[in-house]
Amino acid sequence: MNKQVELKHKRVIASTHVKLGEKNRMNQTYTDINDIFFKAEQTPSFLTGSEVIREAIKRASVGTSVAYPITPQSEAAALIGEIYAEGYLDEYFRGESEFAVMGQCAGAAFGGHRVFTTTAGPGTLRAMENFPMWAGARLPIQVCVTCRGVNSPLSIQPDTLEMHYLLETGMMVWHAETAQDLFDFILKGFIVAEQPDVHVPIAVCCDGFFVTHTKDTVELPPVDLTLTPYDPYKNPQPVMDMETSPIRMMRDPFVMKSNYISYATHASWQQEVKAAVERSRKHAVPLLDGLIDTENADQEVLIVGSGTAVSQSREAIRLLEADGVKVGLVKIKTIRPFPYEEIRQVTKNAKHIFVPEFNIAGWLAREIKSTIPDNERVYAGPHVCGGMTMPSEVIVEQIKNHLGMETVKLRM
Amino acid sequence: MSQYQVKPGPEAFLPPAAASMGNVLPDPGEAHIEGRIVPEEEAYEYCARKLLEAKVPTIFPGPLVLWKWNDHVAEKATAIRALANEVPMRLIPMADYRPKYPKIDAEVEINPNHPNLTIWHNKIDVCIFVGVHCHMANLALKIIRGGTKCYTIAVCAQAGHEDACLSFRDANAEKVRRLIAAVKKLKSEGVKSQAIPFTQFKMSRSGPIVEPA
Repeated sequence: MNKQVELKHKRVIASTHVKLGEKNRMNQTYTDINDIFFKAEQTPSFLTGSEVIREAIKRASVGTSVAYPITPQSEAAALIGEIYAEGYLDEYFRGESEFAVMGQCAGAAFGGHRVFTTTAGPGTLRAMENFPMWAGARLPIQVCVTCRGVNSPLSIQPDTLEMHYLLETGMMVWHAETAQDLFDFILKGFIVAEQPDVHVPIAVCCDGFFVTHTKDTVELPPVDLTLTPYDPYKNPQPVMDMETSPIRMMRDPFVMKSNYISYATHASWQQEVKAAVERSRKHAVPLLDGLIDTENADQEVLIVGSGTAVSQSREAIRLLEADGVKVGLVKIKTIRPFPYEEIRQVTKNAKHIFVPEFNIAGWLAREIKSTIPDNERVYAGPHVCGGMTMPSEVIVEQIKNHLGMETVKLRM
Repeated sequence: MSQYQVKPGPEAFLPPAAASMGNVLPDPGEAHIEGRIVPEEEAYEYCARKLLEAKVPTIFPGPLVLWKWNDHVAEKATAIRALANEVPMRLIPMADYRPKYPKIDAEVEINPNHPNLTIWHNKIDVCIFVGVHCHMANLALKIIRGGTKCYTIAVCAQAGHEDACLSFRDANAEKVRRLIAAVKKLKSEGVKSQAIPFTQFKMSRSGPIVEPA
């Protein structure tokens, strides 16, 4: 790295906008993201995660949202429809399928709108072809993924396997632990994704039901403040609007002429999308207060996790501490970009690293194993999958077993 | 901190994106020289010296400065033309991003999908990208670094380019004029342009206009 990315000012570059301070049709004032989060008075509200998504979109100056029902995101999509009826969005409609929704989102984004949609589980996989297309086209669309099982027999319960499929799409992938994270990540995600040097889509993921359908206290900024709108003139590509300066040309469909493009171009294009995700660190670090959070990370035993696995781990750590076992906690907020250097630093003195996950694959443990030296220190687990809960006692048991301590056998 | 240096190529069959090597873009008031973050002032002089030392210094103006889509752009384009006259530098436009079919006229145009052809054909040793949409500029900059020995400079209106050997950010007409001033200053100190004499060509819709001898 040629320059340290620092937290000091908590201001994103290019957080100036010609419409700052102006009012929109809902009488909301276009406000810098920093002022919304770090200056405005926050009011506690007791909301479900779905309601939190609605509250975030109210304050996000979204142009278009396209909906298609699939549990557990359906309620959020319906609530966005309600605020569309109130006048908060320019466009809102139901697509024909998740695949159609993502294509329609692309159309709106190509035309210069800020675009938001939600999906989950099989819907994410059905729409999958569109995600690398969004990234390759540098469309800063936000999709909120409320994770659930993807396989047959269908489970509507939480399972984070679909996040694994998103990792190499060229999108940013952030993982919210709580409803508060979800609110913050949605608003901050738009701003980071739309920076001209980033300008790639973002998946803001949360664990379905645990976050979407339970109520939690969330600090909300005033509803009369809203994000500055998306500025399509900052797009690193020409927008596909025939009337948008400076070029009145339709961007060539990628397939149509791609045979005339050298493979060096295709390679450079892919590298550029990955590079754009890397550039997002510079903007995400100050806004998210770092890509990871840590609690007592100097301990020899660490739990590293993301999403609600972090919440369960926090309780497990409390139980372990009661038994005299001290364990530190590392919460990963962004999966793409992955906090490689942060993880290397924070785990350098750890002797045992546990990675609890809500999926059968253990993709997060693999990411961590591929990041740190002496990766035999990583214990990939505990895992639950298919919608099972992860009781804190399970984490306690596996840590104690691994450390050779006596445990009480847990039964299902 | 690693120090990936963004040097002229040919670097590799497929050189990495500098951002993926840990290079971070400069903040406002800064520039980068070969990956090293420097105050903008330092970059003006370094850039001016590179331009004067080159045998075939060339500006690749892109659509954002080729079309007068606002008054500022007209002012910036005028400044770019003045820079070309001052050094002097050739002007070869990147008017369009679509791949050229059946083949590019490498003497008078450059395309982000195969920029190396124009650089090889004209033996361009230092170039400036200006007014090219950032994605397209990065696409081209990596290909140039991979396969040519051209020193690349980005005069970017937004956040800058790690994949250029030297990059300014937030570049407007005033910053182009400051670059001209840096060229003039070096000239006043006795630094002479090494550019091979050339005549700036003019284009019509059907190709280069050949003026009668």
